[in-house]
Amino acid sequence: MLVINLIAFVAIFSALMVVFHRSPMVSVVFLIVNLVCIALFFLFLHAQFLFAIQIIVYAGAIMVLFVFVVMLLNLRKEEELLPGWRVQRALAYLGGPLLVGALWTALWRRGRSSEAFPGSFGSGFGTAEDIGQLLFNDYLFQFEAASVLLVVAMIGAVVLARRKES
Amino acid sequence: MLSLLYLIPLLPLAGFVINGLLGKRFLPKWAISAVACGTVLLAFLLSLGAVFSLNNLDSVASVRGVLEVDPAAQRVTLTVAQWLAGGTGANGAVFTIPWGFTLDPLSAVMLLVVTGVGFLIHVYSVGYMAHEEGYWRYFAYLNLFMSMMLTLVLGSSFPVMFVGWEGVGLCSYLLIGFDYPKDSAADAGRKAFIVNRIGDMAFILAMSWIFASLGSLGFTQAMARVGKLAPSAAAGIGLLLFIGACGKSAQIPLYVWLPDAMAGPTPVSALIHAATMVTAGVYMVCRCSALYLQGPAALTVVAVVGALTALLAATMALRQNDIKKVLAYSTVSQLGYMFLAAGVGAFSAAIFHLMTHAFFKALLFLGSGSVIHAMSGEQDLRKMGGLKKFLGVTYPTFLIATLAIAGIPGLSGFFSKDEILWKALGHENRYGLGGTWFWIAGVAAAGLTTFYMFRLVFLAFFGEGRMDEETKHHIHESPKVMTIPLMVLAVLSVVGGWVGIPKSLSFGADLNRFEHFLAPVFEPAAAEEAHAAASLADGSMAGHEAGSGMGLEYLLMLATLGAVAVGFVLAYRFYRSRPEIPQRLAGRFPTLGNLLANKYYVDELYDAILVQPYWRLCDFLSAFDKKFIDGLVNAVGAFTEVCSQFIKLFQTGQVRRYALWFMLGAIALLWYLV
Amino acid sequence: MITSFLPLVAAVLFAIGAIGVLIRRNAIVILMCIELMLNAVNLTFASYAYELRSMAGHVFIFFVMTVAAAEAAVGLGIVIAVFRKRQSADVDDVNLMRW
Repeated sequence: MLVINLIAFVAIFSALMVVFHRSPMVSVVFLIVNLVCIALFFLFLHAQFLFAIQIIVYAGAIMVLFVFVVMLLNLRKEEELLPGWRVQRALAYLGGPLLVGALWTALWRRGRSSEAFPGSFGSGFGTAEDIGQLLFNDYLFQFEAASVLLVVAMIGAVVLARRKES
Repeated sequence: MLSLLYLIPLLPLAGFVINGLLGKRFLPKWAISAVACGTVLLAFLLSLGAVFSLNNLDSVASVRGVLEVDPAAQRVTLTVAQWLAGGTGANGAVFTIPWGFTLDPLSAVMLLVVTGVGFLIHVYSVGYMAHEEGYWRYFAYLNLFMSMMLTLVLGSSFPVMFVGWEGVGLCSYLLIGFDYPKDSAADAGRKAFIVNRIGDMAFILAMSWIFASLGSLGFTQAMARVGKLAPSAAAGIGLLLFIGACGKSAQIPLYVWLPDAMAGPTPVSALIHAATMVTAGVYMVCRCSALYLQGPAALTVVAVVGALTALLAATMALRQNDIKKVLAYSTVSQLGYMFLAAGVGAFSAAIFHLMTHAFFKALLFLGSGSVIHAMSGEQDLRKMGGLKKFLGVTYPTFLIATLAIAGIPGLSGFFSKDEILWKALGHENRYGLGGTWFWIAGVAAAGLTTFYMFRLVFLAFFGEGRMDEETKHHIHESPKVMTIPLMVLAVLSVVGGWVGIPKSLSFGADLNRFEHFLAPVFEPAAAEEAHAAASLADGSMAGHEAGSGMGLEYLLMLATLGAVAVGFVLAYRFYRSRPEIPQRLAGRFPTLGNLLANKYYVDELYDAILVQPYWRLCDFLSAFDKKFIDGLVNAVGAFTEVCSQFIKLFQTGQVRRYALWFMLGAIALLWYLV
Repeated sequence: MITSFLPLVAAVLFAIGAIGVLIRRNAIVILMCIELMLNAVNLTFASYAYELRSMAGHVFIFFVMTVAAAEAAVGLGIVIAVFRKRQSADVDDVNLMRW
């Protein structure tokens, strides 16, 4: 479908900009664009709840955090992309396509087997209610573990970033 | 009585344990002596009882699996326990060795000789070793030796005999090196053991071959099946066994340990290196007589080696100055006679000489011990002289023994030696080595024997005393505990030969009781040999026995006596009436003199050919181990270090570099999996 | 059709993120590239959840997002702490742990 191709193009373009633009601030902005594209993809894939979460959490909270930090560190000055690390650069450019090739080969090998799976969606596919059902029943332990993880991360972030009492 | 057979080797073993464990601190000297001599005496009495029971075997019942009685072969086998149980060999034979003892006329003779002479020597040792620090140790080892020797003699199979074989070798080492702080004694003990070991290796090879080809290692079974062997195989086994016998019984080329072994105490020399251990080889060859007769090539080798040794050793004794060394070479020479006898098929003659030799050689050694005792430890003949007046018992007994070994008619040595010479001459050898050569060698050796023995007697007992005043002052006869065994042995040296009087001297009466006694053991095999030889030589062997034999035998006896007389006369002239002759002869033939005095430089030859290269090999291997093997190990360490020097270069501290390796590795893995 | 196309897009995004991690020197940009990679993975999971009609994929995405948030927070905290010490957000300056 044309829309999807378009969104894909935007996503890839913004990703390239994230990587290759010299100013960190610009990279942040392009990343936000990329995240929104991903969110749109979620929408197309009947993952409504995730679409919302992506926008709110990822693009909304995490990227704001990034913006804060970039501003805080005042990294306006342009950084050279690669002083003297030629071999690394070459290998990275070489590795990228190789990586894509490997992944594509894996995907092609998998073949098209959507016929083998149930063809119809459940009525609540992609909704918050369905995800909630899974989270609190089948994946309860992982859910609780994730919350512990968040607490730890919070403590860690606070400890790392505070000023030492002099 | 016969079921108590196992006690015979066991009693001295108990003596060894008691004296060994308790002797050092807890037992007074008289107790040690009592235990040691008592066990041997008991063993002797038990042996007597057992041998007498051999006469009426019909009345003894067999007990299945424990006591097997064979009256036809005059043999009793006692099985004590199952010793080794192995699997089944490739030829289907099952490998089980029971711990068993066999009593037949052959082992009976050996038994009586070993225990009897052994007992006398134990008694003698009580006096001789009275002042020794390690008194308990000496008697413990001596008892162990008796136990091992009895095991050897009574063993019913090759492995049991081999246990005794090794055991006496061990005790020989322990006893030769009894005074171990003294270097010469320790070296001699080691030399004896190592040279013996060479023979033992051949023995083991022979045992393996016997089991592989005959399927059994028990004497009775193996000898019964010997007829199935090809003569070359039988000869091969016989040769290997004979190499073992050369080691143990000091024949060429493995005799070199015996003269050095004189560094041990004199009673040890008497017991081990004259009467018992060195005769084990002869016993073993006779035990396997059936095997040897199946492979006559081996017998020829035995006879040749025996004759050669007899002659050569006699020449080496001519120039020895140590009283014990003369006797040592004499022993080697006499053992050569025994092997010569066995080699021509006269097995009972060999055993006969073994027995008489035990009597007079033990007497000679004990007598020399008495002389050394009187001379306050001096052993050099050049420093003795004129002891006749002082040693009232030692001198006469020593003289009797000398007469016996020389072969003076009427004494034991005469009968046994002459029988050997007679049988040697009559032996028609298939390989062209006529019996004549053997006979000539034997007679020559007899002449030489007379010469060097009387040389010894004249130098030690006659003439002016050549010792210093201090020693002269201390000369005394030995105590009774030492002289009584001398007297007993002297009597035996005289009458011991009367059991084997040949037909020619008994005016027709068949008085050779010894040969008859041993007949059940040797007859079946010997008869075959006689038939075989007769068929080849057109009955000339049988002809020797009958008719013309008598006349020839008298003639030969006279010839031998002639040689003996020549020896005596020469000895008298050289050392009694005209003592300056030896010096002059030595001056005129210096090369020969040196050759003889240095025993043909055989020891030096062995040292150069075998010992030095061996040491050099050891040095090389040691250096190889240090440099190469250790170098290899160190190289592994060094290699690890080199690798780590290389690998540490990866730890640059730069995160991006790590990320690169990460990525590349992941890509590679993905490609591999895809 | 969607299901064969979107995973490919995600693969490309993933590779671009990987190249970015290797090439850039600024720590914050590197963290952003990591976020890029994580999102590519999320996209893949969503595609297959759609294809296989299974909500388990969505649950996984949920957790990935959680972890990504936590990791971004802590990572940025580290960057700030290092910046305070060395006045630089350059990843090549943090190279003391070498042989």
